[in-house]
Amino acid sequence: MKIAIASGKGGTGKTMVATSLALSLVETNQVKLLDCDGEAPNAHLFLNPTFTQEIPAVIRIPKIDPERCTLCGKCVEVCQFHALVKVGKTIMVFPQLCHGCGSCTWNCPEGAIEEIPNPIGVIQTGHALDGIDFTHGKLTLSEPMATPIVRQLKKLEKSSNGIITILDSPPGVSCTVVETVRGVDFVILVTEPTPFGLHDLKQMLGILEDMQIRYGVVINRVGIGNAEVDRYLEQRAIPILMRIPFDKEIARGTAAGKPLVVIDPNYREKFKDMFHKINQITDKSDGRS
Amino acid sequence: MTQQRAKQLVILSGKGGTGKTSLSAALAYESTHAVSKFRTIFVDADVDAANLSLVLEAHVVEQHEFWGSSQAEIDVQKCTGCGSCESVCRYDAIFPHPEIPGVNWIDPIACDGCAACVYACPEVAINMIPQQEGFWYRSETPYGEFFHAELFPGRENSGKLVTLIRQNARLAADDHEAQLVVIDGPPGIGCPVISACAGTDLGLIVAEPGQAGMHDLQRVLGTLGHFRIPTVICINKADLYPQGTKEIYEFAETQGIEVVGEIPFDESIPLSMLQGVPIQVLYPESPAAIAIHEIWKQTVSKLIQYEKQNE
Repeated sequence: MKIAIASGKGGTGKTMVATSLALSLVETNQVKLLDCDGEAPNAHLFLNPTFTQEIPAVIRIPKIDPERCTLCGKCVEVCQFHALVKVGKTIMVFPQLCHGCGSCTWNCPEGAIEEIPNPIGVIQTGHALDGIDFTHGKLTLSEPMATPIVRQLKKLEKSSNGIITILDSPPGVSCTVVETVRGVDFVILVTEPTPFGLHDLKQMLGILEDMQIRYGVVINRVGIGNAEVDRYLEQRAIPILMRIPFDKEIARGTAAGKPLVVIDPNYREKFKDMFHKINQITDKSDGRS
Repeated sequence: MTQQRAKQLVILSGKGGTGKTSLSAALAYESTHAVSKFRTIFVDADVDAANLSLVLEAHVVEQHEFWGSSQAEIDVQKCTGCGSCESVCRYDAIFPHPEIPGVNWIDPIACDGCAACVYACPEVAINMIPQQEGFWYRSETPYGEFFHAELFPGRENSGKLVTLIRQNARLAADDHEAQLVVIDGPPGIGCPVISACAGTDLGLIVAEPGQAGMHDLQRVLGTLGHFRIPTVICINKADLYPQGTKEIYEFAETQGIEVVGEIPFDESIPLSMLQGVPIQVLYPESPAAIAIHEIWKQTVSKLIQYEKQNE
């Protein structure tokens, strides 16, 4: 069973929910957590993993052999991202524009291009608190695209029956988020009861409907806003999986790097109940909850 | 400030939800009400999740289509189902057509727009179709002109759209002889952030005390440093976790970065957001409003200081 935690708006509590869900389920299930926010990964701060493996996150970029290159310009023509430019008697490659699609390499009539790995970050794997399998990716500063890291992270994970994989998504609604939620069984949308929260939540609903992925909503910081989000969800018959009240103790504890279920152990049962609700919605029973 | 091209201030955070947009709205208010007033143009560079218009009392005067990259589409009349396209696609975007047997279909959400399949298809059955990926807007607000956009959900090219609205803001700044452009940035450190901060004169990081806040502060600071953007920090919700606030001050000192102020946790901020206005409109004497006024003064003085240094 694969569950992604997304939001639209940043700072609503995705990582808090993802890590506490993992901690609540690992008591009776095998759980993996994938932190797919390669730009600003935070889950490791709550779960304190011991990393046993580190590999570079790479995209394949073209390397042109000047001996074989005839400057025909075919590679420049096929590249949709302007990552190849003919300058005088050379073809220059701009790695940060390259999407690693391979098209230039296949289309070179002289076979003058080979692909080489261009590291854009790292992927670290290990074990976290209570035996959670933990993986995250970290984008190298100044690299523009984290999407290839999410792809690489997900390819590393072989899904097996009986394992619950929890994917902590980045904020926003664009390509890194789409890549994170693609192929999951369920998305938990974490929102806050404010106009910003509602606006960004609606953006996410649009994507999930297009991708035909089932979802439910956790409303965090109840008390800090108004009832508009509740009314909207009710109108659309969207399941509300949990409500977490605004609480300075939770805020402080989270700031200190404590998972919610450690700050308040009563939440363990609530997360287990939420997982049960998710199972009912998806008609699957991968976990023994 | 002297009469020349407008200075550009970008507001970033690394971590989401630290309060960039609420602060941007409050600085908009300061720019028109404080003793140090500036003719200012505003940009919401968080095109994925554009919220500044919700608190700037904006009304749209111009709407423009944003056309980003193209996507591949298979002509079912010409497709023979040979699968050459699928064998070159690195984005798992090509599948058997859900309705028509013997031909293939490209998932528009998965398609990266690389056109590898176009060149691989022996039947020339695939075309690249330009895509509208969003809208951008010029709006009027009580504080100045405002440029913002909405990327359609799931799309790429947020960096390109950010660059486009910034260009238009710059043109408007020139037209109106504005002195300042304030850019409300997105979370993270990737291409939309890079497009938001490129060529700006000062970065103002809104930091949040705590482990995640500190971790992401370091990453966004490193990003701004890489692009040589002078940076200052302010700390929001500073009293919620005093130990974290202290760590930010200590860290800032090791980096030679100035902390231009701290804002206490103050319910006036979310309450103003609910009313759709900057905090000073309804709660001008609140602790947060007073703190933001100081942050404005300090930030302006930094902009002037850097201007003098560059002369």
